[in-house]
Amino acid sequence: MSHIVVEGLSVRYNGQPALDNVSLEIPDRQITAVIGPSGCGKTTFLRCLNRLIDTMDQVRVSGRVLIDGADIFAPRANVISLRRKMGLLSQKPQVLPMSIYDNVAYGPRLHGVRRRRDLDGIVQRCLKMSSLWEEVHHRLRAPATGLSVGQQQRLCLARGLAVEPEALLCDEPTASLDPLSAQSVERLFVELKSRYTIVLVTHILRQAKRLADYVVFLYMGELVEHGPAERVFNNPRDERTRKYLEGVIS
Amino acid sequence: MGVSIRQGSRLPGVDAAPAVPPDRRRGELSPQAVGSGRLLRERFSAALITLVSALVGLLTLVVIAALFLRSLPILRQHPLPELVTGTVWKPLAGQFGFWPFILGTLWVTVLAMVIATPVCLLTAVYLAEYARPSTRALVRPLVDVLAGIPSVVYGLFGVLLIVPFLGDDLAPFAQRHWGFLPWLSPGEVSTGYCVLAGGIVLALMVAPVIIAVAEEVLESVPAGAREASLSLGATKWETVKHVSLRLALPGLVASVVLGFARAFGETMAVLMVVGNVAQSPRSLFDPAYPLPALIANNYGEMMSIPLYDSALLLAALMLLTVVLVFNLLAEAVVWARKRAGQ
Ligand SMILES: Nc1ncnc2c1ncn2[C@@H]1O[C@H](COP(=O)(O)OP(=O)(O)OP(=O)(O)O)[C@@H](O)[C@H]1O
Ligand SMILES: [Mg+2]
Repeated sequence: MSHIVVEGLSVRYNGQPALDNVSLEIPDRQITAVIGPSGCGKTTFLRCLNRLIDTMDQVRVSGRVLIDGADIFAPRANVISLRRKMGLLSQKPQVLPMSIYDNVAYGPRLHGVRRRRDLDGIVQRCLKMSSLWEEVHHRLRAPATGLSVGQQQRLCLARGLAVEPEALLCDEPTASLDPLSAQSVERLFVELKSRYTIVLVTHILRQAKRLADYVVFLYMGELVEHGPAERVFNNPRDERTRKYLEGVIS
Repeated sequence: MGVSIRQGSRLPGVDAAPAVPPDRRRGELSPQAVGSGRLLRERFSAALITLVSALVGLLTLVVIAALFLRSLPILRQHPLPELVTGTVWKPLAGQFGFWPFILGTLWVTVLAMVIATPVCLLTAVYLAEYARPSTRALVRPLVDVLAGIPSVVYGLFGVLLIVPFLGDDLAPFAQRHWGFLPWLSPGEVSTGYCVLAGGIVLALMVAPVIIAVAEEVLESVPAGAREASLSLGATKWETVKHVSLRLALPGLVASVVLGFARAFGETMAVLMVVGNVAQSPRSLFDPAYPLPALIANNYGEMMSIPLYDSALLLAALMLLTVVLVFNLLAEAVVWARKRAGQ
């Protein structure tokens, strides 16, 4: 059984459907690219997976999302441990208003890591994993807002890794980065996929082609097609997918 | 007041707006695009705006200068330190000790802020972070109405409810049980007209201002920052504490300062409940005579007494100075936080 299973997931904002009866399995330890034109429900889909959708007003969610076999929308589901399992990387890097060190240590501290030595170890390990260590190890106490946008995004990644997630949810993570930073973030994803299930929402078809092992195509809230990247890109079954890939609809 | 507090409160809160690219900045037109008539109008309006703002700034200076000139007679006769620290107020005998009034102002203001600040900030946090939109929509207009109630009404409320409660219930209770605490128990029988009554009434008056501004500041915290914290498995309260409050701090300081600035000068309501006795209060249940009350009660009367008029204007100058210093301090706090990398 796969780690993330979505069954009949529908979302309505103010009665307006944004996702309509989406069912699929997301393969473990691979990069799944969620593609589709603007407004098709990609962000909405991602926000369901860690229940950040709960924070929005006037939303109705129906259907089930099973993670490790348990429905995350069940009344007694533990949101805290769910969110811990599902790391989030947003479009605009959101560093917390504290130092570089404290940003990475934020999650572990919340979850009860107190000893200085343990925290130091986590911070170092995660910054190395997001290949930021070399650039910042001499100024861990400096405010995180002083970093470049590309560095901030990698810091956000390190911060997410620090709570030991099982999956990474990335919503257009390179959209606000310069090409070089974007490249380094992409390279990180390739390195990380051996250990994490990565769901990558992207606007950039070429990025999806470069990175994706599995592709999910959404169109106006509907799951049109999903399958291994090779197959979907070379041999789309649905007319709409073909048109989107050819750039006729965007 | 009630209408204006929310509008245009450009507070040093959070920079939520994305930077505008330079070529799209409003009001900057390329030279080719501007015909000569428009250029003229542009210059004229710029000049007018500059002039008006200069006049507003000038007004502050004029007020200070006028108060200073009119206080000069008493400053020539008595050195300032003597006036500030003097405790005897006998204008007929030529004794002008301002200390009881200064102390009265401080007692009432500090009490009001001690009561109001935590309650108001928590209310603002509730409204901005916890309340459902429908609740918020219901409470907001109520808060605005509170801000618009004339201060005489607050004064009456104090006289009818707070003063009797303090005089008949709380003061005797405090005397019986807290006798060993010097600040908390009345030395003699309290009438209820006391600094605590002034503090409570004032707290009620400044609360709507602080709540409205603080809520606005908290709401300007970008949603992404909250979501980042939540997505790491933080609870709502942890997110409020570590992220929202931290990001909003400069603006929250500003909201409290705004409340303070109003509290210092608030006259009518306080005057009705603090007793107006020119002595230094020693406990919460002692009467006091704050500076604004001194001015309001006496200006225009007994002006034949030498130096009396000058003394009252000096009182006004003192009040103004305190407010100015306080505002500058707050600016400094906000500025220091900004530099510290917020
Ligand atoms: N908070 C909201 N309230 C109401 N409608 C919303 C809200 N958020 C999204 N929607 C609507 O739901 C639909 C899906 O939005 P979503 O943000 O998931 O799209 P998206 O695929 O992420 O788009 P983009 O590529 O532009 O980021 C859109 O039609 C959008 O207008
Ligand atoms: Mg989106």
